[in-house]
Formats: sequence, C-alpha cells, structure tokens
Amino acid sequence: MVPLSWYLILAAALFAVGIFGVLARRNAIAILMGIELMLNAVNLNLLAFWRYLWSDNLTGVVFVIMVLAVAAAEVAVGLALIISIYRRRSTVVAEEIDLLKW
Amino acid sequence: MTLAQLIFLAAAAVTLVAAIMVVTSPRLIHAGLWLILSLAGIAVLFILLDNGFLAVVQVAIYIDAIAILIIIAVMLTRAVMSDADRQINRMGLAAAFASLILLAGLLAMVLQVPAASPAPLVEAEVNLDALGRALVDVDGFILPFEVASVMLVAALVGAILVAMAPARGD
Repeated sequence: MVPLSWYLILAAALFAVGIFGVLARRNAIAILMGIELMLNAVNLNLLAFWRYLWSDNLTGVVFVIMVLAVAAAEVAVGLALIISIYRRRSTVVAEEIDLLKW
Repeated sequence: MTLAQLIFLAAAAVTLVAAIMVVTSPRLIHAGLWLILSLAGIAVLFILLDNGFLAVVQVAIYIDAIAILIIIAVMLTRAVMSDADRQINRMGLAAAFASLILLAGLLAMVLQVPAASPAPLVEAEVNLDALGRALVDVDGFILPFEVASVMLVAALVGAILVAMAPARGD
C-alpha cells in the first residue's frame, strides 16, 4: 500500500506549483488555472486523510464535494469577471487591471 | 514495490509534470490542455484512494466543466494577449523563490505526520448509499449541502449578470 506521506508530499508539491502560477502568471485566466491546481492539491490531501485515518465516517468525502461545488462557482464567477473586464477594457493582463489600485 | 505504488508514482509524475507545464507553458491553450492532464492524474489518485465515485465526479466537474470553461475563456480573450507576449511577470523569480519556501515549509510539516496504514474499508468502495443519505440528513450535512446549492445558483446567476454585454455607451 502507498504510504500516506507520499500523498501529502505530492499535494504539497502541487500546491507550491499552483501558487507559483498564481503569483507569476500575467494572464488572469492562467491565474485561475493556478487556483484550480491548488484546490486539487487540497482535495487530494482531504481524501488521503479520509482514506487513511477516518474512513469510517464520510466527513472527508463531503468536504471534497463541497470544495468541488465552491470551485465550480469560483471559476464561473472568475471567468465572468475576466470576460467583463475584457469587454470594457480590452485586457486580460492582471497588472493592467489597476483601476482600484492607489 | 507493489503495483499500487507503481501506479501512484506514474500518476504522481504525470500530475506534477502537467501542473508545471500549466504554470510555465507560454501558450495559454496548451496550458489549458495540460490542466486537463493534471486533473486526470488526480482522478487516478482518487481511484487509488478507493473512491471511484469522486474520481467520476472529478472527471465530470473538473475536466468536463471547469477545464472546458477555462479553455473557452482563453479562446474568447485571445485577441488581446498574443502568445508571443511575456507570460511571466517581472516578479517571476521572487514568485518561484516564495513557492519554494512554501514547499519547504509544507514538507517540514508533512513529514511530521505519523505513518498510518489505511483502515480496511467496510466495503470495497465508499458507501454511496450512506453518502447520499448523509448529505440530506438533518444530523448529517444538510446545512452545508443546501448552502452550497444556494451559493451555486447565486454564483451562476451572478456570472451571467457580470458577463452580460455592456449597455451601449457604457
């Protein structure tokens, strides 16, 4: 059987890759992709802990389902915002969207 | 090394390489396709964790809905940012450094988790019947379930409103 720590190490690496994407990419859609990677890393962690430590109750699985629902809502709203910004200001580059920046 | 470990290593390598390609690929469409591969790798890991149901959900929601939505958004907004433009901002090195520090911190924490052997499941798979009942049980998860459904409706209606074409002269 696969040791629990392997899953945790993979999830940590995936989270770090995702946060690099969020911090470094210029395109707002690429930033959303980084967020999806981070959410997936969290899901992997939740499910690994559920399987190895608490497989007798369903909290871990329900938590993953909630994360999926929130991710779907997040990506829908995020992409709608990006498309709206694209229509009004013709840009998807995060650093050019600075109307509220002082 | 057992078969499960070999499958884990293969899926983990695919997931991680695809994830790195997602954040470094200069062409955004390719990044979206790599994202699909990465999510599929996660689905394989869900099956390894004896949860075929969530693997199917992962494919149906993440790959079918979210990744396709992202790719469509990439295609809709292609005109303003060509693939030849710089894709990494000027803080790229600092971002890499910060994520490496985060990785080191996470690993230091993760390696303190005591080794655990998986408890044998009562059934071979997650008990779908019990999961369905728990989601609508007053003693279970009915509140988060209902809140999540209301939130999804609100988010989707809000997304339609936000993405609606601006009125003329706006």
